[in-house]
Amino acid sequence: MENCLLKMRHIEKRFPGVLALNNVDFTLRKGEIHALMGENGAGKSTLIKILTGVYQMDAGEITVEDTAVSIRSPQDAQNKGISTVYQEITLCPNLTVAENMFIGREGGNWVRHTEDEKRADEILKLLGIPARSTQQLGSCSLAVQQMVAIARAVDQNCKVLILDEPTSSLDDKEVKMLFDLMRDLKSKGVGIIFVTHFLEQVYEVSDRITVLRNGELVGEYLVEDLPQVELVSKMIGKELDELSTLKESDEEDISKKEVLYEAKSLSSSEAEPFDFTIHKGEVNGFTGLLGSGRSESVRAIFGADKVTGGNVTIKGKNAKITRPIDAMKHGIGYLSEDRKRDGIIAELSVRENIMLALQVMNGFFKPISRSESEAFADEYIKVLNIKTASRETPVGSLSGGNQQKVILARWLLTHPDYLILDEPTRGIDVGTKLEIQKLVLKLAEEGVSVTFISSEVEEMLRTCSRLIVMRDRHIVGELTGKDLNQAQVMKTIAGGEA
Amino acid sequence: MKKFRALLLVVVLVISSVLCACGGKSGGNIKVGVVNNPPSESGYREANVKDMEKVFSAENGYDLKTFYSLKNDEQLQAAQGFITEGVDYLLISAAETTGWDDVLKKAKEAGIKVYLFDRMINVDESLYEAAVVSDMAKEGETAVKWLLDQNLPEYNVIHIQGAMGSDAQIGRTGALDEQFASGKMKKVVQQTATWDEAEAKKIVESVINSGEDFNVIYAENDGMAKGAVAALDEAGITHGVDGKVIVMGFDCNKWALRELLSGAWNYDGQCSPFQAQIISDLIKGNKTTSTKKIINEEKGFDATTLTQSDIDTYGLGD
Amino acid sequence: MKNKKTHGGLGQLTIPIIALALLVLFNVVRDLIFIYYFKDPNYVSFFSIEFTRNNLDNTVLAGNLISIINGASELAILAMGMTLVTAACGGQDISVGAAAAIAGSVFVKVLKSSSSINGGTVAIAFVSACIVAMLFGSFNGTLVAVFKIQPMIATLILYTCGRSIAYWINGGATPTVNSPIITAIGSFIPGIPIPTPVLIVIAVSLLFKLIFKFTSLELFTQSVGINGSAARLNGINSTFIKLLSFIILGVCVAFSGTIGVSRLGLINHETLLLDIEMDTILAVAIGGNSLGGGKFKIGGSIIGAYVIQMLTITLYAMKVSSTDVKAYKAIVIVLLVVLGSPVVKAKFEKVLSYLGLNRQSISTKGAQ
Repeated sequence: MENCLLKMRHIEKRFPGVLALNNVDFTLRKGEIHALMGENGAGKSTLIKILTGVYQMDAGEITVEDTAVSIRSPQDAQNKGISTVYQEITLCPNLTVAENMFIGREGGNWVRHTEDEKRADEILKLLGIPARSTQQLGSCSLAVQQMVAIARAVDQNCKVLILDEPTSSLDDKEVKMLFDLMRDLKSKGVGIIFVTHFLEQVYEVSDRITVLRNGELVGEYLVEDLPQVELVSKMIGKELDELSTLKESDEEDISKKEVLYEAKSLSSSEAEPFDFTIHKGEVNGFTGLLGSGRSESVRAIFGADKVTGGNVTIKGKNAKITRPIDAMKHGIGYLSEDRKRDGIIAELSVRENIMLALQVMNGFFKPISRSESEAFADEYIKVLNIKTASRETPVGSLSGGNQQKVILARWLLTHPDYLILDEPTRGIDVGTKLEIQKLVLKLAEEGVSVTFISSEVEEMLRTCSRLIVMRDRHIVGELTGKDLNQAQVMKTIAGGEA
Repeated sequence: MKKFRALLLVVVLVISSVLCACGGKSGGNIKVGVVNNPPSESGYREANVKDMEKVFSAENGYDLKTFYSLKNDEQLQAAQGFITEGVDYLLISAAETTGWDDVLKKAKEAGIKVYLFDRMINVDESLYEAAVVSDMAKEGETAVKWLLDQNLPEYNVIHIQGAMGSDAQIGRTGALDEQFASGKMKKVVQQTATWDEAEAKKIVESVINSGEDFNVIYAENDGMAKGAVAALDEAGITHGVDGKVIVMGFDCNKWALRELLSGAWNYDGQCSPFQAQIISDLIKGNKTTSTKKIINEEKGFDATTLTQSDIDTYGLGD
Repeated sequence: MKNKKTHGGLGQLTIPIIALALLVLFNVVRDLIFIYYFKDPNYVSFFSIEFTRNNLDNTVLAGNLISIINGASELAILAMGMTLVTAACGGQDISVGAAAAIAGSVFVKVLKSSSSINGGTVAIAFVSACIVAMLFGSFNGTLVAVFKIQPMIATLILYTCGRSIAYWINGGATPTVNSPIITAIGSFIPGIPIPTPVLIVIAVSLLFKLIFKFTSLELFTQSVGINGSAARLNGINSTFIKLLSFIILGVCVAFSGTIGVSRLGLINHETLLLDIEMDTILAVAIGGNSLGGGKFKIGGSIIGAYVIQMLTITLYAMKVSSTDVKAYKAIVIVLLVVLGSPVVKAKFEKVLSYLGLNRQSISTKGAQ
């Protein structure tokens, strides 16, 4: 194995109450794209954090180009040629793009503005990233922020590049651009560790796959030797249900049911006026490219942004929703797109996070008793299969998918009539995705209306009975019945004759 | 801000000079301009300002103009304004000891007589008629002399100091330090409470808790003496006339003198804020002085000889 | 597994308790040295507590420990309120000392303008002080919660002008009020040997306990402090929560100002609770609370207040000059804050887990 770049042997890592990694091996060769797969909590993120010096391993050894190394800090990892782009964006939104690309790198802590900005612009141009070096990072879309993070890593002459869920907020075009870049880097001898939940993407770009499950190594495979179905079953440790059977094909005509929520020319500071209706027990979805206004529209429904106009009726009665609390009192729940910023209260426990929305609805002077909240938490930890050391564990220490389940539990506990789920499956593993999709359909059966948004059109086709397509901040079409297929959706998104 | 205040000052002075021109002349009163620190500075200053207003009143044949500030440059501008306006006498208690040469020279050229009160200024003696000031060291000496006169068999003193480095602290500490050095008095503890009553109480409490013996509390102002006494009261230690511990304070607030009168304290020293009468006497020629520097007489009150009329005359505040 | 708390090896209260323990240990050693090495017959132990009769002929407790818990009362009460403001707003109110001077002045003003001092007028005076302090609290709170000004900057205004305002209320001199009721509030109630300020601290902490029990203040404050954006999307009115924290701090200010005035029956607007704001913030920090807001423990701040006071009294007992006390305090506080820093904590936990002292069993996954 003369082209072996990185070897990790017998890696072990413990957290309070959890053995996160147990005797895990991982090998990366020069010029290969190596997918690291596993469900949430399988230990992927932990392994990567050890490799990048964020965590220190409890046992095991790491060699880079046949030299044993110990990686003490992220800076140390960078110095050894290991760069990373994390699942959640970890840059500073209040600094400029250039500052984000160069801050904290060797050459001192001084930002040499003009020089750095020039260089940043060159890199951005080379990678085709639509951003200016002097722009504040926070003013860029999530996708562009992600790409800036990649650009930062690419610019560090790294031998090992780790991409942790790099594509979860990118649209198809941007993904293609990234893959081109990855292949380019690969041909230059860079070893890339690719962590993603998009199975198709794994097969599109990877050479090799390593699968982890419950903190243990399942195996390392060449892509050709591992069909997709087998990969999934290795990840979850059992045979997978046929996904397409999720939704009953011959459902009753939902539009005959009573209208739950209706908005006429609703608009907010962020959303153009739009009309929208949802029936009792209906699952519909907003789709469109990033920035098409789909998230902004549902935020307007919930009163998350400043509502500027429109008429809303709920169950046939006029309703005035200007703040989130108004929406909650009308039985609406909202799971936001940005889990870290708008969802979890990281330092509070799983229990407190679950009870939060219900407590707010109960009011300031009617606190839920400790024992009651414990019962609620235990119930939903069980129902949603939330993996946590205990109900008092701070939610921030849970994996992304489990955090998402906690927020779902928070809204389910309020027993909403109408639940808005904006990207509930983003950045979480395939098993949990399936669980969430099943849950959505189960809720609908129980009469809850759901609006479901996902970047994966396929996922929405499986769950929604109606798709609202948006382009350039306007609704451009509604698809139901026969029209609910990938080709038709793409056509509508693209617009015109395409 | 500074500019604005300066402007305001000019406007006020102009208006008042116009008013003066209308009404002042006919009376033929002596025109006196006083530059002082604001009464909010301390109880001492409040009494000082009131005293000035009382003595230089219209009934006594004066036409009084006043300006109060803690800032030297504002005081300088005000003095300049008084000179331009043409007062007969200029009375100054300066915020700082420097920077006054030019203004005082101008006053001299304009034939205005200058008196300093309360605080000295670093200028040539020829630039002012007289300076009526307190001698802080003398205050301490008076108090310590009184204490020695008590002829106690031994002196175990708790010494509570004011904010370190202030004139009052230095003056009131000096004489006592000499006694500690000579061995005539024993220093049980010497701590600063920075004029803070509550801190003084804590200091005395910690001495009581350590079980050490003491029979004198020398606090450099009334508030701190009151704090010390509160600690004695809580510990059941008697004080004052006929008590175990002698209590001494400074400033002669009225409430403190009443403590003396009731016998709870023994002694209160005063840095006299009353310079107005002396200056008035000098102006009217009732009194003459051979030296430029006149040390204002400092009073010290003994609980056994204090009378209600002393409180009414010399007590500060209410 | 059911009811076990599974936080990290070190809880939030570890640091303040260790600090307190170290101070106690230091004084024990000092006691032993004086008693057994110097054989000083007149030496009184730092920890001795005894009953004495005070000058009003009441039996009362006395000793250094009593001085500590008594003297720290104003600080402890302010620290409770400050903890709440810190948690909700991620910043501190530096005007508490000045505001307490105002509250104290109002208290004295009302008493002086009433014909006699009795239980009723004292109650009216306290309520007036409370209302005024709450008004100033809501002034600060509005600047922070509505106008989004950083707390330190917003409260700098009152910090600067507060003592002047206190001066205007009563005029220049230091007005005094003498009454057995005032003495009872600031010192001892006849028949009860425990200093009244200590009882007031207990009452105020019970008040907080009740508020936390019968409202969602704790959960909402923490949510707003940790993630304001998420709190808003969950329907929490963060403006209200922040404003409320300042108003509650206002009540604490009124309590402290009243105690401070009652101790001596005198209001000195320049020195009443001077520099207490910094001690208050320190108490919050020593209590293990993040000054950046979020999770908090009121109990930690109270212990923090006692740590600061114990440090002061220890230094006084050693006759360290009070000008030097501040320097010594600074040294100890730097040590404490470093000890409580996440870096040191993480290292410490690592050592613990190597020694096998970690409380958690390293087992398989939790809730399968």
